[in-house]
Amino acid sequence: MTVELALFIVLAAMAVSGAVSLILQRHPIHSALSLIVVMAALAGLYLLLGAEFIAAVQIIVYAGAIMVLFVFVIMLLNAGVEERTSFSRMARYVGLPLAVVFLLQLVWWAAKVPAQAAQTTQALTSTRSLALMLFREFLLPFELTSILILIAILGAVVLAKKEPV
Amino acid sequence: MVPVSYYIVLSAVLFGLGVVAFIFKRNIITMFMAIELMLNAVNLAFVAFSRMLGQLQGQVYVFFVIVVAAAEAAVGLAIIILIARNRESLNVERVDLLKL
Amino acid sequence: MSDFLASHTFLIVSLLKVVVVLLVLLTAVAYLSWFERKVVAHIQSRWGPHRAGAHGLLQPLADGIKFLFKEDPMPAGVDRFVYFFAPALALTLAVTTIALIPFGPGTIKIFGQETVVAVSDVNIGLLILFALTSLGVYGVVLAGWSSNSKYPLLGGLRSSAQMVSYELALTLSVVGVLLLTGTFNFREIIHKQEGFAWGFLPRWNLFAWPAPQLLGFFIFFIAAIAETNRSPFDLAEAEQELVGGFHTEYASFKFAMFFLSEYANMVTVSLLASALFLGGWLSPFPDTPLWAWTQYLPTAIFGLGGLALLADALKYKTGWKRIQLTVVSLLALGLAAVCALPGAIEFVQGPFWYVAKATTFLFVYVWVRGTLPRFRYDQLMSIGWKLLFPLALLNVVATSLAILAAQR
Repeated sequence: MTVELALFIVLAAMAVSGAVSLILQRHPIHSALSLIVVMAALAGLYLLLGAEFIAAVQIIVYAGAIMVLFVFVIMLLNAGVEERTSFSRMARYVGLPLAVVFLLQLVWWAAKVPAQAAQTTQALTSTRSLALMLFREFLLPFELTSILILIAILGAVVLAKKEPV
Repeated sequence: MVPVSYYIVLSAVLFGLGVVAFIFKRNIITMFMAIELMLNAVNLAFVAFSRMLGQLQGQVYVFFVIVVAAAEAAVGLAIIILIARNRESLNVERVDLLKL
Repeated sequence: MSDFLASHTFLIVSLLKVVVVLLVLLTAVAYLSWFERKVVAHIQSRWGPHRAGAHGLLQPLADGIKFLFKEDPMPAGVDRFVYFFAPALALTLAVTTIALIPFGPGTIKIFGQETVVAVSDVNIGLLILFALTSLGVYGVVLAGWSSNSKYPLLGGLRSSAQMVSYELALTLSVVGVLLLTGTFNFREIIHKQEGFAWGFLPRWNLFAWPAPQLLGFFIFFIAAIAETNRSPFDLAEAEQELVGGFHTEYASFKFAMFFLSEYANMVTVSLLASALFLGGWLSPFPDTPLWAWTQYLPTAIFGLGGLALLADALKYKTGWKRIQLTVVSLLALGLAAVCALPGAIEFVQGPFWYVAKATTFLFVYVWVRGTLPRFRYDQLMSIGWKLLFPLALLNVVATSLAILAAQR
């Protein structure tokens, strides 16, 4: 039981319990907090895999900005506890077993990845090498995603604006 | 040394839980959060494979996925705000005007 | 047991460092509240706390005891888990950031283990610090929402929108420093600022060649004041506007947690500013034999302070305050003597200059609070987006152009 395996188990347990809590909680705010826990656990896993910059970006962008947006919208819309509708009984009786089967299938296929240990030659990837790759081979996608973000901002502002009375 | 397959199994479990959450929840915002959970699971798989193959491209893809997810969240939440204003409910079963 | 300790010295030493840094930080934060009240009072021509102990020095202790014994009501209809979680989150994040900041150069030996003069030495220290700052928004917004009341909700939403907006300017203003040093590691950043241009001007990032980071420093400091929700950007927690903002419904210990987290954030930002722009633990005096006497400055300052307190003790009429002042002055003189010892004098230089620079920043923080009027919320947001963010972008572009031009 190395330190790495112990850390992996702790972080994986945190991530899975956060995901299960997302499903079981009834208030959207609690689901949002569970998702933040999942993201923090994933950032820890990225650090364990040696992707230091991606771990930091995950916390800064995903957990620190996107989830703040979610929390704002939940508070703005005053979302309350989920109401129970009886529109579909099939979900409970057929859906749940099928969901379990689906999960088991995914896990079975995922476990077939050859259990090759991660290469130990590359300890931690530096931000510098990631930046060089981003600005050389992936320059066009980089510029396109920046335009995409601009369009998204404009779209969000136009959509959510209150109409002038 | 933690084998890479452990990470992939974890990624598959998280993805599956995201799908389950998307199917079973009725609140639009929670369904959207399930989509983000699925994207995160895929990111984990990318980083794990990038470590296994010793290449940096997996991490670059993760970077792009995070950025595009941010853009998608912004627009999606704006649309959700509009739906909530129009239908006065966040229950996705009430947005059924096109139903027969 | 002893061979467990022997084989796990790294763990033991790290725990020891964490405990020491935590204790020092919490004491510093408590006395920062005293410092602020005294300075703001003197700016406003009054005395500030002067009853609880000589010169009000026991006021933080009195406040702490008060917070422990006050009634802790919980309003009806709050979301219990989030109501308890929000102040704990705020305090945890505020205190965790200190673990990333180094306090002195080189390494020291504790129990035979070589460790850095910091709790940890992380390669992406700066990036993790920004990550933790960006999580600090949750403390505020969750506290405001869970209080089930309109003023905290509005205060919480406003405050978190302000924090998110100024985070952008804060992070961008530091990119200039990153371009000059090329690393996120704090110790490397401070190492790159060693040396003196023309023999007397220190090569701090503020005066760096080819791109002096004056604009970056200016933006960083203003954005930091806004990020920590301090005056003049404290509309979200101002008493005249919102009763108390996001911490209205919090009493006694939970309020103390918010209070401590705000001051701890101030301390972190001051340490960060002095590390990134003012050379951290580097002395402003050159290392030549001409200036070797500056090594005795810590001794001189503590010694003079101790003597001044002793003279003050003689002026007091009541015995109890005389005793307190004598004790404090003896402590100061003892510290002065320790700083003059040949073994410790090398070690004391780094942390002394670092703490001195951070204290200057804290003084400016408190000075700004006592002097400037509050900004209105729309003015605040327009400064963040329309003034600081474009200026920070301009700083990044200008710095990179200057570096490129200097490389030709």
